[in-house]
Amino acid sequence: MILGFIEHDRGTLNKASLEMLTLARRLGSVEAVVIGRKGATITHELKQYGISKVHLVVHDQLDDYAPTAWAKSLTQLATSLQVEAILASGSERGNEVMAQAAAIMNLPLATNCVDVVLRESDYIVTRLRWGGSLVEEARLSGKPKLLSVAQHVFAAEETLSEDLVIVEQEVDLNDKDFRVRVTERVENESEGVSLTTARVIVSGGRGVGSSEGFDKLEELAQLIDGAVGCSRVVTNKGWRPHSDQVGQTGTRVAPDLYIACGISGAIQHWVGCKAAKKILVINTDAEAPIVQKADYVVIADLHEIVPAIIAAIRAL
Amino acid sequence: MNDFPKKAKVVIIGAGIVGNCISYHLAKLGWKDIVLLDKGPLPNPGGSTGHASNFIFPVDHAKEMTYLTLDSMKQYKELGVFTESGGIEVARTEERMEELRRRMTSAKSWGIPAQLLSPSEVKDLVPYINKDIILGGFYTPSAGVVDSLRAGTLMREYAMNLEALTIAANTQVLDLDVKDGSIRAVETSKGSIETEYVIIACGVWSPRIAKMAGATIPLTPAVHQMITVGPLEQFESTTGEIEYPIVRDMDTFCYERQHGSDMEVGSYAHRPILMRPDDIPSIEESPLSPTELPFTEEDFDPQLEQALALMPEILGDERAGIRYAINGLLSLTADGYPLLGETIEVKNLWSAAAVWIKEGPGVGRLIAEWMTHGVPEIDPHLSDISRFYDYARSNTHVKARTSEGYNKTYGIVHPREQWASNRNIRVSPFYMREKELGAVFFETAGWERPQWYESNKYLLAEFGDRINNREHEWDARWWSPIINAEHLAMRERVAMVDLSAFTIFDVSGPGVLDYIQYMTVNQMNVKVGRSVYTPLLYPNGGFKADLTIMRIGEAHFRIVTGAGDGGRDKKWFTMHLPQDGSVQFVDRTSAICTIGLWGPQARHLLQSLTEDDVSNDAFPYGTTQIIRIGGLPVRAFRISYVGELGWELYVAMEHGLKLWDTLWEAGKPFQIIPAGIGVYGNTGRIEKGYRLMGSELESEYNPIEVGLARPKVKRANFIGKAAYLKARSEDPIATLCTLSVDDHSSASGIDRFMQGNEPILNIAGEVIVDAHNRPSYVTSAGAGPSVGKYLLLAFLPPPYDIVGTKLFVYYMGEQYPVTVEIVGSRPLFDPDNERMKA
Amino acid sequence: MNILVCIKRVPAPGRSIILSEDKQEIITRNLGFTISPHEECAIEEALRIKEKNGGSVTVLTLGPDTAVEQLRQAMAQGVDEAILLQTDGKEWDPMATSKAIADAIADKDFDLLLFGNESADSGGYQVGSRVAFAKDFPFLSGVKSLHVAEGKAIASREALHAREIYEIDLPAAISVKEGINLPRYPSLPGRMRARRKEITILKPAPISGGPEKLQLRVPQGEENQVEVLGYGVEAVPRVMEVLQELNFC
Repeated sequence: MILGFIEHDRGTLNKASLEMLTLARRLGSVEAVVIGRKGATITHELKQYGISKVHLVVHDQLDDYAPTAWAKSLTQLATSLQVEAILASGSERGNEVMAQAAAIMNLPLATNCVDVVLRESDYIVTRLRWGGSLVEEARLSGKPKLLSVAQHVFAAEETLSEDLVIVEQEVDLNDKDFRVRVTERVENESEGVSLTTARVIVSGGRGVGSSEGFDKLEELAQLIDGAVGCSRVVTNKGWRPHSDQVGQTGTRVAPDLYIACGISGAIQHWVGCKAAKKILVINTDAEAPIVQKADYVVIADLHEIVPAIIAAIRAL
Repeated sequence: MNDFPKKAKVVIIGAGIVGNCISYHLAKLGWKDIVLLDKGPLPNPGGSTGHASNFIFPVDHAKEMTYLTLDSMKQYKELGVFTESGGIEVARTEERMEELRRRMTSAKSWGIPAQLLSPSEVKDLVPYINKDIILGGFYTPSAGVVDSLRAGTLMREYAMNLEALTIAANTQVLDLDVKDGSIRAVETSKGSIETEYVIIACGVWSPRIAKMAGATIPLTPAVHQMITVGPLEQFESTTGEIEYPIVRDMDTFCYERQHGSDMEVGSYAHRPILMRPDDIPSIEESPLSPTELPFTEEDFDPQLEQALALMPEILGDERAGIRYAINGLLSLTADGYPLLGETIEVKNLWSAAAVWIKEGPGVGRLIAEWMTHGVPEIDPHLSDISRFYDYARSNTHVKARTSEGYNKTYGIVHPREQWASNRNIRVSPFYMREKELGAVFFETAGWERPQWYESNKYLLAEFGDRINNREHEWDARWWSPIINAEHLAMRERVAMVDLSAFTIFDVSGPGVLDYIQYMTVNQMNVKVGRSVYTPLLYPNGGFKADLTIMRIGEAHFRIVTGAGDGGRDKKWFTMHLPQDGSVQFVDRTSAICTIGLWGPQARHLLQSLTEDDVSNDAFPYGTTQIIRIGGLPVRAFRISYVGELGWELYVAMEHGLKLWDTLWEAGKPFQIIPAGIGVYGNTGRIEKGYRLMGSELESEYNPIEVGLARPKVKRANFIGKAAYLKARSEDPIATLCTLSVDDHSSASGIDRFMQGNEPILNIAGEVIVDAHNRPSYVTSAGAGPSVGKYLLLAFLPPPYDIVGTKLFVYYMGEQYPVTVEIVGSRPLFDPDNERMKA
Repeated sequence: MNILVCIKRVPAPGRSIILSEDKQEIITRNLGFTISPHEECAIEEALRIKEKNGGSVTVLTLGPDTAVEQLRQAMAQGVDEAILLQTDGKEWDPMATSKAIADAIADKDFDLLLFGNESADSGGYQVGSRVAFAKDFPFLSGVKSLHVAEGKAIASREALHAREIYEIDLPAAISVKEGINLPRYPSLPGRMRARRKEITILKPAPISGGPEKLQLRVPQGEENQVEVLGYGVEAVPRVMEVLQELNFC
């Protein structure tokens, strides 16, 4: 049996867990685990994704997210259920919980997998490295196998299960397991469109030349209801805050349209924006790496064409 | 890209500073259908131009390099991309101070304002310098920085506005097609371009591209390290790119240059890090650009300490970070000079490589003029790619010499300094004998030539009172008083000189007379057995070469030229060979060795060894015959570059040693000595006022100015004839003169001896410049032991070109009185050549 | 306040990654090496904590002898001590790496262990938590802001629409993400001091852990149709058409 770790945040499902289930189902029969009573609200959703049994881990102190407690819960359940493998999403929490579980169980962990092939008692996993610009084939052994599934690779495929059983599971946790827990939460002030939610991102690189250079990009983004992004060079130069950075060590984005202005498209940047549905590149260099990967290309100086586009939109 | 050109007049490969400048200058001279290719994107395709530190110090000891730099500065200024910041070369040692004084000499010669500064004066200009560790500075106010990428863009744009240029960036050259020895087409990743000319201007990649055509461009990519430290509080209030003078810390081989709020520190001090052109990463593989390699810290660390000591306030700022550090690639050549001109191997395939930012636009103009007029305004003698013989075009040689030469970038290089690496490449059959005699070997074009013989030291006892000793180490470096003793012994008795380094060409065939007439200025239609010394001219009437030609058969001439010029001359002769095959050209250099036998006793000695009659009647001056010496067949040629009675004896290499031994044994009763090139190339020739290619003789001067015009001009046409005739009809702008130094004593009381390239000043202390803006400077300097004077050759314009005129020579910061002894080519010693013709 | 920062030497790739013939590693002949970006920030964070609270910062890496470069860079930035767990240059799996680090610091007293969230090259996400577990330290990853005072670490990280704040008693282990700070460049005097500093070199033996790397592969990019909309401002009408097709204006 495969145990699929379903993430939630105080009762809100992380949809990345559903992507994970797509891969998990290929490996055998899947049962889901949801940690904390607050997670009860999401269990019914799982029926649509082929889950017929959900283990709901309950404990008095399992109120909000606490990585070690969650990991320990997972390991106790896996041991008692004798599961073949635990799969989680390669999200921030997914990887964190799995890494702690792996430490507790002293077992190997393969993060950000995109494929799994069974070979004898082992899994041959294909996992992402360098943010996805390189893949590794690796042998994963041990029982249970521990792996996380790369985000934005699998679709959350629907397959209705006939029924759904929810089993409450008690776990043995102590205060030490709650040494790390969310103690406060500050909601973001709604500051308009964010990188992760925007339908369109206007992003700038070295070619923008200065922090003032981003004014025009801001203006364009505002006109088309988008967010502004940037490359790592830009944050390193202090032109934009790191929160605007798209890339391996910044934010991975998946908008409908990504407009890359003056960005050459180093590997590290590309992995952050490649999930965009369409990419429009504005660059003076027709051979910049990002050009070959784009859908639309404008060979031009961004300082000339961006104002021209703004003017054209305003004239509509 | 449907508009990719299929045909062109000329394809320039490489859109760095050089390629861009060439495209502009060709367009300006009327060329059309120029295509400029680069495999990288524009404006920065990833070559060395893109990461250059972009500063220019105009003063170089070599005139040619200085002129290229001055021309480039002028062009950068016209483009509006030059920022004058001034530059200071600082000295930490007394030896370096002496070098700075020498730089003052060169600055004066080439007309560049400069001054020596005390440590406090340096600090006034560069307030953050630690004046306690420097002894002084050499300040060039006109030094500055350029925006080389912008310059390239503007050059390109001008050429495009003239509708002469098509640009193809991101276009990789895959192959070069050669047909019948000429370039035909360039195969690129975007298609084939049929073309008449190709110019390789792609810096560190040039050898790889040349190889595609079977040609060689002998350079090696090498690493130059650079870091940027900043932001510095002290520079917060500066405006623009640069406000403070650039500092070259000459003794540590580093430079420090303010760049906005940062300080750039560059170094030539580390171990030479050479690369093979094939190992340069592709654009794909490169983290930054192909010529910006990962920084290797351990190589740079020692320099950091020295930089910190020089600028502790700035570089010691804990808040300033090392923001950028690279191992930048640049091009190095075996002798440090660029590689310009048509390649030796392939017709119409040109090289414009190993050029730095400071020379880029000047080289652009030079190449364009050369291709258009057959000769550039600035004599390309030092940079001409054909100066390298086959062995010197090898990776082995380039690697050895660049490794040795890398640290000479800021080094103190004596004009006579010898290379240590890759020696003994060419030796004469006498080499072992010479070694036994304590020869001190100097190298020319790979040849090991005795400069003097330590075994002649005993002559000092006999001639010492007629020899000026050189008290100053610099003047005496790579020199010995034995040279002068050998000279005097030769003039009194007899000497043998190894001349095997001569480059010898035989030309023959039915068309040879027409051919040789066309190549030379003087009348070649002479009797068999006679010889002619003649200039060879560029189309503009300037000097291309001077050499001696013997007519050794009705349709057979032998050309003898110096080793240093052999490569260039060979290129010149072969490129003009008639297409119809009526002239055969054979390079005989490796087959024949030569001994010069000269001195009053030369005839007696020679007659004692041969049954042939070598009397003046039977064997007059200027003629050649085959005689037998100890049974060996020897071509004897009665001539002398040292102004003595005697012969050049040419014999097959395998007989060489026997000839040497025979002369040596028979010479003993005549007290024969071996004499070195110190006599042959310097003291002997200078007393006779003989000219030397590359020193007195340059494309910038014509035969009239040099004093080598004959009374009559032959009827046959020859290269440069029209210009020559015109020059003859005019008064010379300047005339080559022989001057003697009246007083050698310096302020410190030590006698000083000029070494060459020093400016000649008038009585008012101003550098003399002629009507064509050419400065008067010492083209050759050397002792005249037989005339008891120290002699200088220099071009002088009116009113100074009069015997007896009193002038000054400027040397190491001081002026020395000189007198004009000779105007023109009349020898100071034995003016009527009675000795030679005896 | 004694802080340990664990860092990794990683190559700085060019426009594309080129693999060795045995597909075991990236060809790094032309590449420079850097400290993995999240860990550069970990060093900076450690230095800032030290500057505020006093104490010392030790940097540790597991890698080949050449990883000394990265240790020296950290010391040039202001780190006090450095430990190299020297390998033969082969890549170690996360379990072996964690074990070696845990062993090396078993008898050392650190108040805070800092890691990068994940390494740039292998992205395993687990060395920090394994070392923390071995030391029985509380562990939090993904930290984008950190304040250390009075025996506590106040850390925050980003959630979907909020910032989560964690209050953790020291000693603790924390992995940070880029963006937590902008790392300083090493100063020139810092570089010179770093040259003279001793580096402790240990040579641990690898345990067999996992996952076991079999081979690397460069994924084939999907063939996509690039449409050139035009050159210069002449492209504007086509750009407008595209924006309108996609319903942005």
